[in-house]
Amino acid sequence: MHPIVRVLACAALLTAMLGAACGGGASEETSASKTAAPVANPVDPNTASAITGVITLQGTPPPSLPINMSSDPYCMKHGAAPTPTFVVSDGGLENVFIYVKDGLGTMKFPVPTKPVVLDQKGCTYSPRVLGVQVGQSLDIVNSDETLHNVHALPMANREFNRGQSLQGMKFTTTFTAPEVMLPFKCDVHKWMNAWVGVLEHPFYAVSGKAGAFALAGLPPGTYTIEAWHEKLGSQTQQVTIGAKESKTISFVFKV
Amino acid sequence: MRHLYAALVAVSTGILIFAGGLVTSTESGLSVPDWPNTYGYFMFFFPLDKMVGGIRFEHTHRLIASTVGFLILVLAAWLWRSEPRRWVRRLGYIALAAVITQGILGGITVLWYLPDPISIAHASLAQIVFCLTMTIALVTSPGWTRAYAVEKGTPLRRSGRQGPAPDDLMLRRVAAVTTALIYLQIVVGATMRHTGAGLAIPDFPLMFGQLIPPHWDAKIAIHFAHRVGALIAALAILATTGHVFYHHRTRKELTRPSILLLALLVTQITLGALTVLSHKQFIINSLHVVTGASVLVTSLVLTLRAHRARFLSDVRRADASASADTRLGRLAGDHA
Repeated sequence: MHPIVRVLACAALLTAMLGAACGGGASEETSASKTAAPVANPVDPNTASAITGVITLQGTPPPSLPINMSSDPYCMKHGAAPTPTFVVSDGGLENVFIYVKDGLGTMKFPVPTKPVVLDQKGCTYSPRVLGVQVGQSLDIVNSDETLHNVHALPMANREFNRGQSLQGMKFTTTFTAPEVMLPFKCDVHKWMNAWVGVLEHPFYAVSGKAGAFALAGLPPGTYTIEAWHEKLGSQTQQVTIGAKESKTISFVFKV
Repeated sequence: MRHLYAALVAVSTGILIFAGGLVTSTESGLSVPDWPNTYGYFMFFFPLDKMVGGIRFEHTHRLIASTVGFLILVLAAWLWRSEPRRWVRRLGYIALAAVITQGILGGITVLWYLPDPISIAHASLAQIVFCLTMTIALVTSPGWTRAYAVEKGTPLRRSGRQGPAPDDLMLRRVAAVTTALIYLQIVVGATMRHTGAGLAIPDFPLMFGQLIPPHWDAKIAIHFAHRVGALIAALAILATTGHVFYHHRTRKELTRPSILLLALLVTQITLGALTVLSHKQFIINSLHVVTGASVLVTSLVLTLRAHRARFLSDVRRADASASADTRLGRLAGDHA
């Protein structure tokens, strides 16, 4: 074989082998808690307590700039204003995910049968921040007349990327391992982002108007409560509640 | 005719690399989640009105890639049917195998969510495909088979001294090493792009305001390696072109690619700087990719021309083949 042919052939072969040898391949099913979830809620309703509170924002958030949606004529015409990173109402910060990070011990909770819905509407995700339990169905719906891809980028669960080319298409998935937070994005429309908190229990909330939230139905105990914001990171607090007690806490995020 | 077609294939491969650069630069690689179909459609039937957002880049890249694959298939068949030199025919087969492998790597990287090794291999093999098509275009050119490589030593200096013979061992070596270094530099660049290290060092020409980065992590190291690689490749190019201008300034087949190489080097370094300073503006970033590929193939052309004396037997064989064809033609004419 001629030297040039040999050199170029070897280079091509080596490059191809590099890919083949090093390729990670599709991610495997992640190790999840495989123990079956109980049917009944283990929390005694006579002792159930609640933690309520508000998330406030100190400082002036950067102005949310309009998103250029010109890459898709449909979004230009019908696109809703994308939810900005900082949604402040009455001094409270919305779209903060609050959950019990620690303190529930080995308690197991039933998996809700009602699915959580993540909609793609007006070329945005609705809601932008949400929670779901391990094993609970998450319905991802395309309400737009344009196509989207739904790309989950987990660390502890299985990555997926599904195309939804038609209006009304629905894709249902479940997660096998807890993960806070699991990002979603649409690679077609770069501005579309959502975050899903996957937990093994139902004690989570997303701050709404005025930054208010509530974690209800908790058994008495001492808990680590974490509040997560997509830009401002996480904060934790320790809270102890007794039987039938309702405690109010607050988180202050600074910009 | 065959040379013109091969040149068209080579240019198409360069355009394909630019389109691939756009996909990575706009982070559109996963905007089409399926492969080989596009959102369930057969690739060529995907409606144009659905080409929105990132799909414009990814789907266009796939269409160009399919076209280039077909062009290379035709080229390989053409060489198989009409090329007298066995090694050139083999180049055609290898180019075909490489472009098929390239397509499969492209599909796998989408289906496996862009794992770095596969994406880097996809980017690196693209350069090899470009080198193969450019080599075929070169060795099928009339200039290649013309026998200027067999000329004896050419007077180079005003002193009247004879310069080195066209088969210049030093030039062969330095040009080959330069081409290899450029290829390595491109592989490091591909690693930097696909591991998201393109802005790991955010300033230029200094690094965090200093000559050496004051702190390190994996991404900074990759980015730093690419900058050091650029320096080494640039020095190698200067060494090669300097050698050409000093020893072979009358050989246009060497000085022309040398001038082009220098121009591309300046352009490439400028684009590299602008890529950082513009925070990876996608067109600048993609131009940096395709200019890097152009530097590589220009250096390859220079290297191959420096090695021409080693192809004398092929030239003689081609000449003999051409003479035989002419004789046959005459005989046929006489017979008629």
